[in-house]
Amino acid sequence: MAVPLVYLAWTIASDPAAAWEAIWRPRTAELAIRSFLLAISVSVSASVLAVSLAWLTTRTDLPGRRLWTALTVLPFVVPSYIGAYLFVSALGPGGVLLQTEWIYGFGGAWLVLTLFTYPLVLLPVRAAMRRLDPSLEEAARGMGRSPLQVFTGVMLPQLTPAIGAGALLAALYALSDFGAVSILRFDSFTRVIYQSYRASFDRSGAAALAGLLVIVSLLLATAEGRVRDRRSAARKAPGSPRPPQRVALGRWKAPALLFCGAVVTIALVIPVAMLLVWSARSIAGDPDWARTAKAAGGSLLTAGLAAVAALVVALPISMVAARRRGRSSRITEVVASSGYVLPGIVVALSLVFVGTRLAPWAYQTLGIVIFALVVHFLPVALGPIRTSLLQIPESVEEAGRSAGRGPVAVWRTVTAPLAWGGTLAGGALIFLTAIKELPTIILLAPTGFETLSTRIWQTSNASAFEPAAIPALVLLLISAPPLFMLIGREPK
Amino acid sequence: MKRLTRSLALSAAAALSFGLAACGDDDESSPASGTTGSEAAELTVYSGRDEELVAPLFERFETETGTKLSVRYGDTAELAATIREEGENSPADVFFGQDAGALGALDKDGLLAKLPAAALDPVAQEFRSANDTWVGTSGRARVLAYDSRELKEADLPASVLDLTGPEWKGKIGWAPTNASFQAFVTALRKVEGDDVAEQWLKDMDANGAKAYEKNGLVRDAIANGEIQAGLINHYYVLDAASSEGDDYPVKLHFFPGGDTGALVNVAGGGVLKSSEQQEAAASLLTFLLADEQQKFFVDETFEYPLAGDTAAPAGIPAIDSIEQPDVDLADLDDLAGTLELIEKSGVL
Repeated sequence: MAVPLVYLAWTIASDPAAAWEAIWRPRTAELAIRSFLLAISVSVSASVLAVSLAWLTTRTDLPGRRLWTALTVLPFVVPSYIGAYLFVSALGPGGVLLQTEWIYGFGGAWLVLTLFTYPLVLLPVRAAMRRLDPSLEEAARGMGRSPLQVFTGVMLPQLTPAIGAGALLAALYALSDFGAVSILRFDSFTRVIYQSYRASFDRSGAAALAGLLVIVSLLLATAEGRVRDRRSAARKAPGSPRPPQRVALGRWKAPALLFCGAVVTIALVIPVAMLLVWSARSIAGDPDWARTAKAAGGSLLTAGLAAVAALVVALPISMVAARRRGRSSRITEVVASSGYVLPGIVVALSLVFVGTRLAPWAYQTLGIVIFALVVHFLPVALGPIRTSLLQIPESVEEAGRSAGRGPVAVWRTVTAPLAWGGTLAGGALIFLTAIKELPTIILLAPTGFETLSTRIWQTSNASAFEPAAIPALVLLLISAPPLFMLIGREPK
Repeated sequence: MKRLTRSLALSAAAALSFGLAACGDDDESSPASGTTGSEAAELTVYSGRDEELVAPLFERFETETGTKLSVRYGDTAELAATIREEGENSPADVFFGQDAGALGALDKDGLLAKLPAAALDPVAQEFRSANDTWVGTSGRARVLAYDSRELKEADLPASVLDLTGPEWKGKIGWAPTNASFQAFVTALRKVEGDDVAEQWLKDMDANGAKAYEKNGLVRDAIANGEIQAGLINHYYVLDAASSEGDDYPVKLHFFPGGDTGALVNVAGGGVLKSSEQQEAAASLLTFLLADEQQKFFVDETFEYPLAGDTAAPAGIPAIDSIEQPDVDLADLDDLAGTLELIEKSGVL
């Protein structure tokens, strides 16, 4: 997990003067603050959006809840760089829907990143909300609390681990994103890191800036660890979760529907409609179907293997993190989260550097791609798995042990089945995140190996996005089933 | 839960078999290349130029020479950064990029080998490395693209430095993160000095120059009336004009009199010092300089030919009629300084 960190340290050490100089440029502090503000804004707005949607679709009598559930998580399959491009095409100057300037800069970056990262919060919060013990809420309501009081006083504290984990991911994503912010012309820290590589061939400077990004991620991850309610979120009463009573929305039904409709329209309908129009147009240009199909195979293969490999790594880490509160587990988690905050190019180059020196036999093979994807995206799986482990009362495991089972048997018969939902969620999230990844695949995959994301990159290069619409649409289509699998676990 | 487990297992299996089938029948995927010895007659190329553009050229090379090419496509600078991380262990034999800056950076690190005369002599000295380590294979001129519905040729400035005037306020677009733009700023620093270059950047910014991510987006912004003119490479406009027809509103203005705004930069290649197939690798570059390939660049990418007597694309002045600023392309590798300047001026 620490490969990128070792690489950064090595690169900085090889030319400390350049690194020092890059850090003390006046622009550096300014950009760091701008990016930090963007990350915080995105994680706050994504959390608010996600918690409201989760509550509406799990705890109220909102008409068409299952449909809204499906539609509100779907924006997750839209890669943020495609989302940003589509938004500029739809709402930017010369846009097909509106002609506005504000899409460029902080406003646009905030909007686009919020819309395509809120599912990172929505998925764990929904999962946690459904596992909450309704008896607590019922008790509170029985004592005459209003639905709002029940929500803030009873549910919210129990949801904090899930919200915190999701909000951290959204913040880290906003910090590491390059594609969307560069299209939306928001000068972020990541953009400068890319520039250092791309324009000035200044690897020590880039490494120093990436190091600063890691420090910011450490601060955020530590803060999340503090905020996270470490008290057990486990159900106290025995028995399986039962359906909660639903809040009648009454006259709020129409505004609630309008809210869900607006989110879905902006984050899903507009982008998909634009992709459909462009796809229809590019079909006339005789697209290379065979190649798209092969690239789809490449995407499924890399993302699938990355998900499996990440789970193998994530489960033990999460077990330790959920059950032991020591310093070592904190460090493990924090190191893992540093992989997610680094821009893809840094992760990829770190593996180029280490791979060619330590494992030339693995260099530019599928193996190193999977390794890179796990290093890069592991934190995405850690959150949901840890949350589901936290919701298992330790007393259940203790009961297993006192019945004479060994630790492995207890894990296999008690813990694993109970944590299965969160584990699946973690795996699906890795799959959905990895399938969108670009730089690690371009630099590390076997020569000639293609995925949908590399096809999108190659065909949209010339400045027109139209030829990339079909691979982009296929990417959305093959991402949808795992996503539906995630939410399909819910009782009717 | 069982149903779920089964469906997950099924979809995982489907994904695996689909994906494995996809790589299994991929006859282009490389065996561990470069390290297997020269008998294999396979070259590994890192290409910063788009596959769509150059794959036909590479195929032609394979047919004509029988040497197999294994090509990794990527961003020019990112591939250069990759080679720098790989160092001595790079599997690449040839680096083919779309600006002289990346080639210069590799050269400075001592990663490029000296090229044989056959790969150098066809190209004028101004379009290749001063120490014979890389060669330009096609040329791209910096231009002012403008909206011919709004502007007459007489309205256009004689120098790129004039774009800071009040008559251009809010009307100009540029792509400050683009490598070609930064190469131009580097040239401006060489010709006019850092102070003038910095002041120009500041004045342009203050004059409301609009930043775009790519040259193509600047061109499109002119076409849809968002801005009136923009600093880009010449072929973006020729490309769009060829598909949009004669009434395409965006036209080209070449700054006259050796103005830095009319800099001609190159796309080109070099051979890695670590390559064990120096001769075969250099022969790829020689191949790209032959008439047939030079004509391909003209026809397909609307770039300037740099070798032989292939004519320039129709509708633009010949390359030797564009008076060049007094600057050596090999000196345009100081992009670090340029980036610093761009940052300092507040444009980025």
